[in-house]
Amino acid sequence: MSNIVAGLKDDVANITFDIQKVRQFVNEEIRPITSEFDKNQQIPETLISKLAGQGYLASNFPTDFGGLGLDPLQYGQLTEEIGRVSPAVRSVLTVHCSLVGESIMRWGSEQQKNTFLPKMASGEKLAAFALSEPSVGSDAGSIATSYVKVDNGFVINGKKKWITMGARANLLLVIATSEGRVSAFLVDSNTVGVERHQIMDMMAGRAAYTAEISFEDVFVPDENLLGNEGGGFTYVVNTALDHGRYSIAWAGLAVAQEALHAMVKYARKRKQFGTGIHNHQLVQEMISNAVVNVEAARALCVKAAKLRAEQHEDATIHTTIAKQFASKTANTVASDALQIHGANGFTSEFIVEQLFREAKVFEVIEGSTQILHQVIARHGLTTFHK
Amino acid sequence: MQQKEQLRQFIASNLIVFEDEADLKDDDNIFQLGYVNSLFAMKLLNYIESEFDVKIETEEMDIKNFSSINNIMALLDKKLGVKE
Repeated sequence: MSNIVAGLKDDVANITFDIQKVRQFVNEEIRPITSEFDKNQQIPETLISKLAGQGYLASNFPTDFGGLGLDPLQYGQLTEEIGRVSPAVRSVLTVHCSLVGESIMRWGSEQQKNTFLPKMASGEKLAAFALSEPSVGSDAGSIATSYVKVDNGFVINGKKKWITMGARANLLLVIATSEGRVSAFLVDSNTVGVERHQIMDMMAGRAAYTAEISFEDVFVPDENLLGNEGGGFTYVVNTALDHGRYSIAWAGLAVAQEALHAMVKYARKRKQFGTGIHNHQLVQEMISNAVVNVEAARALCVKAAKLRAEQHEDATIHTTIAKQFASKTANTVASDALQIHGANGFTSEFIVEQLFREAKVFEVIEGSTQILHQVIARHGLTTFHK
Repeated sequence: MQQKEQLRQFIASNLIVFEDEADLKDDDNIFQLGYVNSLFAMKLLNYIESEFDVKIETEEMDIKNFSSINNIMALLDKKLGVKE
C-alpha cells in the first residue's frame, strides 16, 4: 500500500456514514451558495475541496483506496441529499464516483486502481466520462473518435460533446474505436492535443462544466488502457452507464422530493379567494400525485439498491426501471410544483424554477426515457408470458 | 454437462427474442444473432463469476469468449481446470 493510500485510509477511518451529517453539510456548505452556481456557471473550488474532505468524492470507493466504502443504498441516499440542493454538485458524484470510479474499480488493473483512485478520493484528480459525440448519443456503439496502436501506447483523434464536468475534470475516461473494436482510455486532460470548451448558458446543468472536447493526435500510454482492447463498449461503457443510471435514478428522486417540499410549503402559505390554496381540491390532487409518485420512485430506488448490494442478476434491469420512473417523476412533480407557484414559479426567487429546468435532463442522459422504455418493454415481453 | 445445461437455461431465460424466434444451438453467436443485447454481456459475466465461482481476468474479457455456449464452456473448462 502506498503512503498516499495509507494516509487517506487513516483520514477516512473516523468518517462514518450518517445521513444527518450529510444533511448538515449540505445545509451549511452548499444550500447557502447554490444559487450562485448557475449565475457563475461553475462550482467553487473550495466546495470541491470540502467534498473531498468529507470523503464524498470517493463515497463508493473501498476504504483501501481512500473511500468511504458506502453500500449502494447509502450512496443513493448521499446522491439524493446533495441532488436536492445542487444538481451541479450531484453531477460531480455521478460522473466522478459512478461513471468513472466504478469503471476503474471494476476493470482497472491493480496499478491503475492504486494510481487513480486515491487521487480521485483526494480531489487531486476530478474525472469525467467522454462517450457522447456531436453526432452520437443513444447509439453509443457508433462512435467516431478513433485510436491507433503505436509504440508504447495509443493515439486518439476525434471530438466528444456534452461531457459533464468535461471542462473542469483533469482525468477523462475516453471511449474510442479502431477497426470496429471499441476501447476505453484514461486520459490526462492536460495531454498535448486535448482542447476543451465549456458549453455555456445551457437550460440545465449550467454549473456542471458540460464541455466539447477535441482530441488531436493525443498520445495515451499503454498502461492507461482500461480493460481489454476491444472491451470498451461491451464491458466498460455498460458498467459506466449502469452505474450512471443508478445515480440518475436517485438524482431524479432528489429533484422530485425537493419539488414536493416546495409545492407543499407554497400551497400552505399562498392565499387566493380568501383561503389557502391548499384547500383547493385540484391543488390537493397535484400534491397527492406528488406524494404517491415520490414514494413509488423511492421504493424503486431502494429495491435497485438492495439488488445491487446482493449483486443480483436483475440489478441492472431494476436500476433501469428506477431511473426511468424517477426521471419521469422528477418532471411531473417539478412541473406541478411550478404550476402551484403560478407566475412566481418562473422567477429564480423560487427553487421550482431551477428544479423544472434541471428535471428534464434526467430524461435524456444515461439512456433516454424512450430507449429505456424499449429495454423495459423487451424485459417485460420476455419475462411475463408464463 | 450439468454446467452446460445450467448455462443454456440461464441464456434461454434471458433471450430478448421470443422462443419461437430462437433455436439456441451450442455454437450460435448469441450477440450477432440478436438473441441478447449488449447489457446481457455484463449480466452473463456476473452470472458466470458467481454461479461457477471463477474470476474472469481482464485479458479474458473478449466478447468471443462469451459469444456462444460452446465458447463459454471452453473458457470455463480452462478456468476450472486451472483451478483444480
